[in-house]
Amino acid sequence: MSIFEVEGLHASAGARDVVKGVDLTVRSGEVHVVMGPNGSGKSTLAHALMGRPGTSVTAGSIRLDGVELTGTPSWKRARAGLFLALQQPIEVPGVLLEAALTEALAGRSGASQEGDGGQSIDDRLKQEAAAIGFDERFLRRPLNVDLSGGERKRNEVLQLGVLRPKFCVLDEIDSGLDVDAVRAVSGRIERATSEWGLGVIAVTHFHRLLRELRADKVHVLVDGRIVATGGPELAEELERTGYGAYEPGA
Amino acid sequence: MPLPSEKEEVWRYTPIDELRLDEFAPTATSAAAPVSASAQRFVVGVAADLPERGALLGVLDGRPLTVSVQDAQLSERGVRVGGLQVLGGEPDVLGRVLTGGDALVRLNDAFHPDVVVVDVPARTVVDGPIVIVHWCSAEPAEPAEPAEPAEPEEQGERGEPGGVAPASFPRTLVRIAQGASAEVVEIVAGPPGSARSLVVPVTELSVADGAHLSYVGLQVLGAGAWHLARLAAVAGRDATLRTFTVGLGGSYDRSRTDALADGAGSSTELRSAYLGTGDQIHDVRTLQDHAAPHTTSDLLCKGAVAGTSRSVYSGLIRVRRGAVRTEAFQTNHNLVLDAGAHADSVPNLDIQENDVRCSHASTVGPIDEDQRYYLESRGIPPSRAEQLIVLGFFDDIVERSPVPSAIGRLRQEVGLRLADTLGLDLEGAHG
Ligand SMILES: Nc1ncnc2c1ncn2[C@@H]1O[C@H](COP(=O)(O)OP(=O)(O)O)[C@@H](O)[C@H]1O
Ligand SMILES: [Mg+2]
Repeated sequence: MSIFEVEGLHASAGARDVVKGVDLTVRSGEVHVVMGPNGSGKSTLAHALMGRPGTSVTAGSIRLDGVELTGTPSWKRARAGLFLALQQPIEVPGVLLEAALTEALAGRSGASQEGDGGQSIDDRLKQEAAAIGFDERFLRRPLNVDLSGGERKRNEVLQLGVLRPKFCVLDEIDSGLDVDAVRAVSGRIERATSEWGLGVIAVTHFHRLLRELRADKVHVLVDGRIVATGGPELAEELERTGYGAYEPGA
Repeated sequence: MPLPSEKEEVWRYTPIDELRLDEFAPTATSAAAPVSASAQRFVVGVAADLPERGALLGVLDGRPLTVSVQDAQLSERGVRVGGLQVLGGEPDVLGRVLTGGDALVRLNDAFHPDVVVVDVPARTVVDGPIVIVHWCSAEPAEPAEPAEPAEPEEQGERGEPGGVAPASFPRTLVRIAQGASAEVVEIVAGPPGSARSLVVPVTELSVADGAHLSYVGLQVLGAGAWHLARLAAVAGRDATLRTFTVGLGGSYDRSRTDALADGAGSSTELRSAYLGTGDQIHDVRTLQDHAAPHTTSDLLCKGAVAGTSRSVYSGLIRVRRGAVRTEAFQTNHNLVLDAGAHADSVPNLDIQENDVRCSHASTVGPIDEDQRYYLESRGIPPSRAEQLIVLGFFDDIVERSPVPSAIGRLRQEVGLRLADTLGLDLEGAHG
């Protein structure tokens, strides 16, 4: 059982305070959904958790199993068991998906590879591709090169499946995907929560995703702060009322 | 005719003013000259890397010494490879593709000892690549290697340190007649190390109506060489020409590629790559010259500079009057890997016709931060992420080589030099 804790997190992007005090505690196997309108700071929060250069944590703490992650570089956070699926995955010409994953796995501790049954990366890639309907032809491509928006999102989930992190942050993994694809991708993530106890922080501004994901908790992020936390019923309510009630000055 | 000088536009940004011709003398290699062990090893290595070739020519300082034909049907089908004599005294074969050359072309005209000829008759399809390996002598820098005893070798690598260094003037003529198709790989190499030499190759590619030529040029001279190369190509009606030139060696490496779309409907794909290490200078000039309607040209040039090396890419798209419906594209990407390195990119357009589609794009900059972050977010340390990105930057163009069977060798040559400069571990880089 692992625990991922975010406490009093403040983060700025380009000299602007964007995340203004976020607390979250996620345990293995739990699914937390963070919902918020455009510009509320969801992506900045995601990058702050992963440690992107340029997104600076100005206060607060990020801990994985009690180990402080603020100030450590992204690659060490990844090796500690954290994964970020980007809202806009990056193209890396000439660097093959399989080569990148081979490098990524080479530096990992055994713990995060539990349950892989000693399969080759190639087998795992094929298996994960089949699970989410990712065309096998794309497995031989350089990272995200010549992939559509939806294919890139699937590619992120595919990598998640191969790398088997302890916790993942999914930044609008549902955008650009059609209904069937959202179902396939959510199904894969949902299974991972029991398969190896993946803990999930899914950031989105649609509720569609969290039905498929069977969220344990829903947080509402407005203007860099979590203004409400509840069960899945909170999302249903947001669906009816919108974020208006939570907007500053409302 | 005076040598070119930096005052001329096409020689701007170059060290051409430092060229002292009296410091070099043409090598006097005779057909009977023994070939150095390093040259032999090199040719054997190339042969091993290109097993499916049609033929292999070993050329020492511009003089073809060995021609080995793997595809027995080549001569039956009238394909001629070898020195100028294979054309049986046909007059005025040179200068048809390359007209109006500069002083360096004149030097080559005057001093090339022979002409390497690849001549493919009409409607003939040659399967494996025809491989030309030029070995160009340099002054002896180090004593002969003790590991290679007995042979009276290193003869081709004459000259005295500090004295007059060897100059060679390789000349190549490739003619693909109507409806024929072939692949040519031309490698310019020399002794490794910093021994001085001057290498002035001129290559003419003639691709007749409906013909196809895929050409790879690889320059891997030693670090003391001056390489001043000229490649000129003409594509006839509905012809296709694909070239990929890779500049890795030399102290000053200049390659100028001119491709003339002379026949309607011809299409040209020009690719080049260069990697600057140490204090090298790479100087790449291209001309996409459209003289006929409905022609296309697509150029992609990628280079990286490390250490205190410099590069300049300068490309011109010219669309002459009458060349309607021309489509011409030009892209140049430069990675600057160290603070002491510098890259210039100078695109130019000269469009004399209205009904055309032309574009150019260029970038100069360090490794993309987002790409590095993306790889890092998967658990890859930043130094390794950068290596992967640089390898990928080149692999992106190498894997699209117009001669697929040369990809392995090209990858290896690029990889070796990257390994030297960036401390690379090449395992796993290409999946
Ligand atoms: N690098 C940056 N420089 C300046 N402002 C930024 C930067 N990144 C994000 N922002 C701003 O921060 C706010 C939150 O952005 P973001 O985290 O992307 O929101 P969301 O993902 O919820 O749509 C927006 O107003 C955005 O314009
Ligand atoms: Mg966002």
